[in-house]
Amino acid sequence: MGMLWFWIVAVMLAAYVVLDGFDLGVGAVMLLVAHTDEERKQAYQSIGPVWDGNEVWLLAAGGTLFFAFPLLYASAFSGFYMPLMIVLWLLILRGLSVELRGHVHDEMWHSFWDVVFTFSSGLLIIFFGAALANVIRGVPIGPDSYFYLSLWTNWRTGANPGILDWYTVLGGVLALLALSLHGSLYLALKTEGDLHDRCYALAKRLGPAVVIGCLVSIPATVIARPNSLANYEKHPAEFLAPVTVAICLVLLPILIHKGDELRAFLTSCALLIAMLCGAAAGLYPVLLPSTLGSQSDITMANALAGPHSLKVGLVWWSIGIVLAGIYFTTVYWLFRGKVSSYSDTYGH
Amino acid sequence: MDALTLHRIHFAFTITYHYLFPQLTMGLALLIVVLKTMALRTNDERYDVAARFWAGIFAVNFLLGVVTGIPMEFQFGTNWSEFSRRTGGVIGQPLAMEGVFSFFLESSFLGLFLFGEKRLSRLAHWGAAFLVCLGSWISGFFIIVTDAWMQHPVAYHLLPNGTYEVSSFWGLMMNPWAWLQYIHNQCAAVVTASFVMSAVGAFYVLQKRSSDYGRIFLKVGVIAGIVSCMLQIFPTGDLHGKYVAKHQPVAIAAMEGLFHSEKGAPMVLMGQPDVENQKIDNPLAVNDVLSFLIYGTTSAEVQGLDQFPRDQWPTTLPLLFYAYHIMAGLGTYFVAIMALAAFLLWRGKLETTRWVLWCLLLSFPFPYIANIAGWMTAEIGRQPWLVYGLMRTSEGYSKHVGAGTSLFTLLGFLGMYSVLSILWIVLVYNAIQKGPEETPNHEHTGTLAGA
Repeated sequence: MGMLWFWIVAVMLAAYVVLDGFDLGVGAVMLLVAHTDEERKQAYQSIGPVWDGNEVWLLAAGGTLFFAFPLLYASAFSGFYMPLMIVLWLLILRGLSVELRGHVHDEMWHSFWDVVFTFSSGLLIIFFGAALANVIRGVPIGPDSYFYLSLWTNWRTGANPGILDWYTVLGGVLALLALSLHGSLYLALKTEGDLHDRCYALAKRLGPAVVIGCLVSIPATVIARPNSLANYEKHPAEFLAPVTVAICLVLLPILIHKGDELRAFLTSCALLIAMLCGAAAGLYPVLLPSTLGSQSDITMANALAGPHSLKVGLVWWSIGIVLAGIYFTTVYWLFRGKVSSYSDTYGH
Repeated sequence: MDALTLHRIHFAFTITYHYLFPQLTMGLALLIVVLKTMALRTNDERYDVAARFWAGIFAVNFLLGVVTGIPMEFQFGTNWSEFSRRTGGVIGQPLAMEGVFSFFLESSFLGLFLFGEKRLSRLAHWGAAFLVCLGSWISGFFIIVTDAWMQHPVAYHLLPNGTYEVSSFWGLMMNPWAWLQYIHNQCAAVVTASFVMSAVGAFYVLQKRSSDYGRIFLKVGVIAGIVSCMLQIFPTGDLHGKYVAKHQPVAIAAMEGLFHSEKGAPMVLMGQPDVENQKIDNPLAVNDVLSFLIYGTTSAEVQGLDQFPRDQWPTTLPLLFYAYHIMAGLGTYFVAIMALAAFLLWRGKLETTRWVLWCLLLSFPFPYIANIAGWMTAEIGRQPWLVYGLMRTSEGYSKHVGAGTSLFTLLGFLGMYSVLSILWIVLVYNAIQKGPEETPNHEHTGTLAGA
């Protein structure tokens, strides 16, 4: 039962990264690729009907985590207090920028929200990347299962790290590169003309950067958490995840070069999923490792909620996710194709 | 201030501010469905225009509800970690269900409702409006199930590691407290929406512009208003009050300011509780009424605060007393003004009775105050318990998050929400100034834009 809920939460988080990942990525690169007011409008329109639904995956995953692993939710959310509050403020600013930009016809109003949009999207990506790196590296969980992390200490990994150290900053940068690529590919799919060409040119330059970032992150992870390979040695089947990452990394630049936009975007999706699976497989059955010794790790065994809740949860969760799948298919289908094909009928 | 107080203010402030928006959007979603239904039935184009106008105002409020709602889901863990650890096995259930069943529904169909009017059939567009409404009401239900478990824990058992688990899923969902609170709360959301709609209608009629629409808004607003205001007191408020009296008698005694047990207990309409000397200053009281309201007979004895140990009295008792009295007082005023307006509407004189229109216009903030006061009554009345009878508030907060840190983020939220308030005023004022005739034709950037 525990394993099932571990993978349910992991799948929901992966859905969040793949789906909200592209609209965050569009935000991060918007000022780089969209120069005129019209182009920026198209960038917003490309994510307009779907961004809010994409973000719901984060909330639903958070709620499911709370329900299935109350201890993990309690410990991690209070321990990561400061960065989570900053994430909340950034989510507020970003939601406002996407939705309020169009409310007033004024150039200053537009450029103000454009900058807020790019700034908040970019920072959110860096924070999410750093958060994942924190989970992989481990945090100083005490014997009472709680911890509190400063934003930074001495920028080194070890027993008493900060939220930000060389490893988690690397995680943030890698996330920014990967999701910027993801967002550029999505935006290229949804647009035409100059905007499309600039997205594509940016994707061509980001491709090799992502490859280098991934290659650097492997030895970095082994340094930051030496026993992160232990699981892989025990269960060689888990090597499937890093092998998939490697295949995607080879395919991605080739597909981008060939101009196969759709396959390139799908490969980027697969890359993100494989990276997350690799991280999750390396952790399992630990949910949050402690830097103060494995006896303080938060594991599936000590964090799992009671058996009755989990059994009932399986029923409603399955129903709910099928419904969500239907809603998402409907919305993505109705707003398929290039932005220009639906923007004229898109409005009152 | 100590950490506990700051964490309490942190949650209280952010949830109070958040609830300014859902109380309108839940009610307004229903009224928009009413307008869309009228449009389908009468084929009168004006109802479609009216629905579109309100959809714009709905969009702004919904956006602010969404962005201020996300912090709520995080704060259980960030500021109340020990509470989350112990009770996550119970309240995690409805909170996760809210995400899975409501947020996906709302976020998907809101876009279709706001921007799909041209690409959907009229019936399908009505369906989108209905699903948005349904989503927001489902969301409200799961939140109230969560709160009701904290007020009146049912269907749980304690596990050996000190955490609680649901022993019966349906027991949790069918908690009588949840259903009583839910109908009372949803009714209150309709009260807010109908006052807002009536106020805009009165504004247009008084200004002698968009009078056609002003009349529609007055009609729908006042009819929904009189129905919801009456239901708010009877039966929903009455039933809920009696249930509280049965399960939280100490909260009722504090709400009513009844320090000493009495037969034929009086109802204090106004006064200032003096906790030190255990009396009400300047009381304006009606004898016997309280006994009658709770037990249906004037001779019944109502338990006063003296029946309970001091450490079980709600903390900040005067605030509880005032919150309850403000809620009840405003609720009575709502029935009076809406009954008058409904009578004039029936006689066809509402549009020409300017002073009543002025009253309706100026009354729109009051339901917001009454809603917040009602929630304060419930939540302060629950004190000193975080989960009634099981866990004290002082046990639940995040011990590892210091007072200084909590104050820092509280100030951050105060600043952020000041900005939101300014944006809200500007955007809603703009929409009302433009009026329904100017079909909104804004460039679109997001799902929710379009006022």
